[in-house]
Amino acid sequence: MNGVHDMGGMHGMGPVEYEDNEPVFHARWEARTFALNCLMRAWKRWNLDRSRHAIERIPAAEYLRMSYYEKWFVGLVGLLLESGLVSRAEIESGAPRAEAAKATPPTTAEQAVATLGRVGSPRRDASVAPQFHRGQPVRARNLNPAGHTRLPRYARGRLGTIDRDHGVFVFPDTHAHFLGEKPQHVYSVRFAARELWGESASPRDAVYVDLWDDYLEPA
Amino acid sequence: MAQAKHDHQEVPSDLALRVKALESVLVEKGLVDPAALDALIDTFEHKVGPRNGARVVARAWTDPAYRQRLLADGGSAIRELGYGGTHGENLVVVENTRHVHNLVVCTLCSCYPWSVLGLPPVWYKSAPYRSRAVIDPRGVLREFGLDLAEDVEVRVWDSTAELRYLVLPERPAATEKLTEDQLAALVTRDAMIGVAKVSP
Repeated sequence: MNGVHDMGGMHGMGPVEYEDNEPVFHARWEARTFALNCLMRAWKRWNLDRSRHAIERIPAAEYLRMSYYEKWFVGLVGLLLESGLVSRAEIESGAPRAEAAKATPPTTAEQAVATLGRVGSPRRDASVAPQFHRGQPVRARNLNPAGHTRLPRYARGRLGTIDRDHGVFVFPDTHAHFLGEKPQHVYSVRFAARELWGESASPRDAVYVDLWDDYLEPA
Repeated sequence: MAQAKHDHQEVPSDLALRVKALESVLVEKGLVDPAALDALIDTFEHKVGPRNGARVVARAWTDPAYRQRLLADGGSAIRELGYGGTHGENLVVVENTRHVHNLVVCTLCSCYPWSVLGLPPVWYKSAPYRSRAVIDPRGVLREFGLDLAEDVEVRVWDSTAELRYLVLPERPAATEKLTEDQLAALVTRDAMIGVAKVSP
């Protein structure tokens, strides 16, 4: 979706604000929100791509106003509701409905530490032939899907070169919508800064974007 | 680059309560183990962070064969030092030289190499950094105090997929006599994102 989250190349966001000796979390609720997001994914009612899309769907003005972990909280609530794991009444009251059966958490403390809170790997061993090879000129397709995508707007329609093939990964555009993994190759594609931003950019500089087969066409 | 305002997070006052209520429901329903929440938070507050990445960098500076393995397959090389977790990290390590400077960003969200750098700082996840790093990397770097010469090529890595990027900074001059531990102590988080160099 052409959301405000896709902000590469935008102006007007202000200066970068740096905090010396920044703590990992600024408040306990941030830490709890982070850990809840990681561990609830183990129920496999959604995946990483779906959880990113849940945050992208926050209305643009809200997205820009909210702090980082507030977005994570809102995203998690949305996923819990759409998956049916928790009802709105339960979230608002802070208590389970009376007749709810008690489940067994899928992740122990030991497993949480060993996995760093991750659920599986998005890399696939599937023997899928690559559509492109190192050094090949390519064009990023001009795609504007209303759903989830990882093809940033600033790269669409631009010419680049395959820098390296990273192997086979699940495809976010289908995976986020529970339409299958559609495993395919991901490449680092090198785009000259001038191809992306015009003559005011440095002639030496480049942006490397990781793109799936389905985002590319031969050039 | 501005110093972060103390109240940079304008959080509704009831958010802490809403998170607490949500956690209560999830724990009561047996959907999440509170001990697992505590353990994961403790891991990222105390065990996983930029010191991991600094050890990787110092090893690469002192062991040429390790440096080769790190650049060829970052995920396997950090596993040698015990990093990456049981699922591994799809890590790509990009090397700074006199002629090439690398900078890492995630314009679409906040992808970051957790296993070697821990969780990202607020500025990395912020709209100003995400929007500007790709269109004006030299301007962003100047705000961080790094003014690169025209003949240096800037490579910006936008983490749009499940690869995670770590910058292998240049080893500073006159550090030949330092031990691996002493070298690791010089390596900062910012240098491994690419917004700073390592100072001797």
